[in-house]
Amino acid sequence: MCLAIPARIVELEQDVAIVDAMGNRYKAKTTLLPEAKLGDLVLVHAGFAISLVDEEEARKTWQLIAEINEFQETDNKVSG
Amino acid sequence: MLDRINKAQHEINAACETLGRQINIMEVCGTHTVSIFRNGIRSILPRNLKLLSGPGCPVCVTDQGYIDVVLQLADRDDCLIATYGDMIRVPGKEGSLETKQANANIKIVLSSEDALQLAKDNPGKTVVFVAVGFETTAPATAVVVKEAAAGAVDNFCILSGHKLVVPAMRALLSEKNHNINAFLCPGHVSAIIGYGAFAEIVEGFDRPCVVAGFEPVQIIEGLSEICRQLSAGKAELKSMYAAVVTEKGNIAAQKIVDECFGPVDGYWRGLGKIPESTLKLKNKYNQFDAFERFGIIEEPSEELRGCRCGEVLCGLIEPPECGLFGRDCSPQEPVGPCMVSSEGACSAWFKYGREK
Amino acid sequence: MTQTKKATKHNRILLAHGGGGQLMDDLIRNHILPGLKNDALDELGDSAKLELASGSLCFTTDSYVVKPLFFNGGDIGKLAVCGTVNDLAVAGAKPVALALSLIIEDGFEIELLDKILRSIGRTARQVGVDIVTGDTKTVEAGAADRIFINTAGIGIRHPDIGMGFEKIAVGDKIIINGTIGDHGMTVISQRREIQFQSQLKSDCACLAGIICDLLENTSGIKFMRDPTRGGLAATLNEIARSTALSIKIRENDIPVRPAVQAAADMLGFDVLSIANEGKFVAVVSPESADDCLKICKKHPLGKESKIIGEVIESRDVPLVEIETRIGGKRIVQMPYGRELPRIC
Repeated sequence: MCLAIPARIVELEQDVAIVDAMGNRYKAKTTLLPEAKLGDLVLVHAGFAISLVDEEEARKTWQLIAEINEFQETDNKVSG
Repeated sequence: MLDRINKAQHEINAACETLGRQINIMEVCGTHTVSIFRNGIRSILPRNLKLLSGPGCPVCVTDQGYIDVVLQLADRDDCLIATYGDMIRVPGKEGSLETKQANANIKIVLSSEDALQLAKDNPGKTVVFVAVGFETTAPATAVVVKEAAAGAVDNFCILSGHKLVVPAMRALLSEKNHNINAFLCPGHVSAIIGYGAFAEIVEGFDRPCVVAGFEPVQIIEGLSEICRQLSAGKAELKSMYAAVVTEKGNIAAQKIVDECFGPVDGYWRGLGKIPESTLKLKNKYNQFDAFERFGIIEEPSEELRGCRCGEVLCGLIEPPECGLFGRDCSPQEPVGPCMVSSEGACSAWFKYGREK
Repeated sequence: MTQTKKATKHNRILLAHGGGGQLMDDLIRNHILPGLKNDALDELGDSAKLELASGSLCFTTDSYVVKPLFFNGGDIGKLAVCGTVNDLAVAGAKPVALALSLIIEDGFEIELLDKILRSIGRTARQVGVDIVTGDTKTVEAGAADRIFINTAGIGIRHPDIGMGFEKIAVGDKIIINGTIGDHGMTVISQRREIQFQSQLKSDCACLAGIICDLLENTSGIKFMRDPTRGGLAATLNEIARSTALSIKIRENDIPVRPAVQAAADMLGFDVLSIANEGKFVAVVSPESADDCLKICKKHPLGKESKIIGEVIESRDVPLVEIETRIGGKRIVQMPYGRELPRIC
């Protein structure tokens, strides 16, 4: 279906989470990932977290994007 | 990152030169199809390495009969159809959900939870969730079936079109296409079922199976690993997507699916009937099974005339070899699902590629 | 002539507000006029009389049906002014006057209408263009998805500026004044159907100023267009189609905010096909490219300007080709089907 990208759990109540991906926040359920905790990096697909994402491995992927794209803005504040 | 890509490219070139003959690697994931095209990966591969697009697009492999059932239900005043976006344009015998959408009883959802909520918000109608997708998406459906059962949401049901990847790979190799040398395996399906699920393909058919993610570097490194194996005469199981995939997969998700579904024989476009390849709701969840509720039996349909989606899905031909490609069949006026679905091979070729 | 401002008794639009009678008069005098104040409009004539300096005129119109009405970075009102002003600006015209048509549903909150009107007035003043004539209609609930707006605009072309497809030649460079995909992804992310909360912001802005800077300080600008619905992909394909030349762009040089890329990835969109409302594409002669870039970067709306590619010979058919981040090649097709429902 859609490409899923890693997102960090920034809020979690029972199995309802708010996740953050590059500054975009959206709702996701952790029903399929009962071991997920606040602060975890997860892969979200069709509104559900389906896998924990290994930070070390993920950093390699994200860093790759950062290296290639000289247009990185690490600051999440959107300019006016 | 470019270093890694250059290195992998070198390795692929070296291996393919050693091998000398044509190498066919099949990817069985629609998201891989799209990523390969979007990043222009084919254009940096050696001439004798062919990337085949396989039956990895859930919408594409959904049989015509299933689509006609959905269209039938969409005609009913007492039904609301909840579907993922891609299904909207797939043509059945008489139009598509898009052409029916004027009836306003068709809602696009991004999550199975949205479909369940639709049922809760519309107690006077029966909501039918068009549950299409592979093992990545089936757990999400299972969760809401359980929630519906627990909350007695009686006006909710699903039309299960969930399919399983490994039986399809098995069927492909046994009957349809003996020219597949190796598989690039789907990353997100593997997150659920575990990369160990592909062991039977490696052992039973002696083909390398490598699980890769969707970033271009991950795909190219996956291809490099496959080429390395082939040139060494090996066939091994390997995952290059350690960030997300484990050998056993997501056990909780597998459990929920097992609780609700059982595999039955199913019809796949292009591959025909594949044993134990489609998920059907177990008896205890009968009331949420739209097939049971409406007394429908899915009949496989005839292919639309001239449409060669089936052969495309088996990797037997490339989209431009279909007589309808780019002429009678285009994203604007698609004949078959491979052109409609954003992950379909024909759509990807059309959008990103060019016939040589 | 002074008007005493009557307190509006109604807080929602009624069908009668479009009826040409007392209620409509109230609406115009107490809500529409105050925000858009100018001499031509105050006359409330059936048509505006304009005294224009001689020159060739540009004339354009656009309708705005965006959903949601208010989004991070703008609203339907701001969009209605910017969109039409930008169509004039990329044609090389200085915007002079706008017409404004409102189609409003029965039941629409007047407070929201006021907000939209204030936004229209503010945006128009910032650009220095007047709304000189208008129309208001009301329709039954459900017939206009709350409010539809149409604007038409007149501008006077800068003298000595000759832009057009026929001017474009092999070797010309392609410049964009900043990041792509911001507007479309912002609007999608704020629609209620999607449970998305995000930091994205529409780039909705009037480009008359930055384009004027360019046109007055360089020659060598061959063609301009604003890549709205259909995005950069549509605009570049239109150029290729109309010139029978091909275009090559480099993914590495196309500015995209990470949040926009992430949002697009999440939903399966290609940022190249996503609408922009504060961007223009300029095709410029190779000798003037560096100057053009410098001028753009000096302006607040062009700080992230980039040369993204060039015009090349066509092989057999005119194509838009992109060199991907990993050095691969692929085609950028004209976007098909419905990408984004109602984003401008």
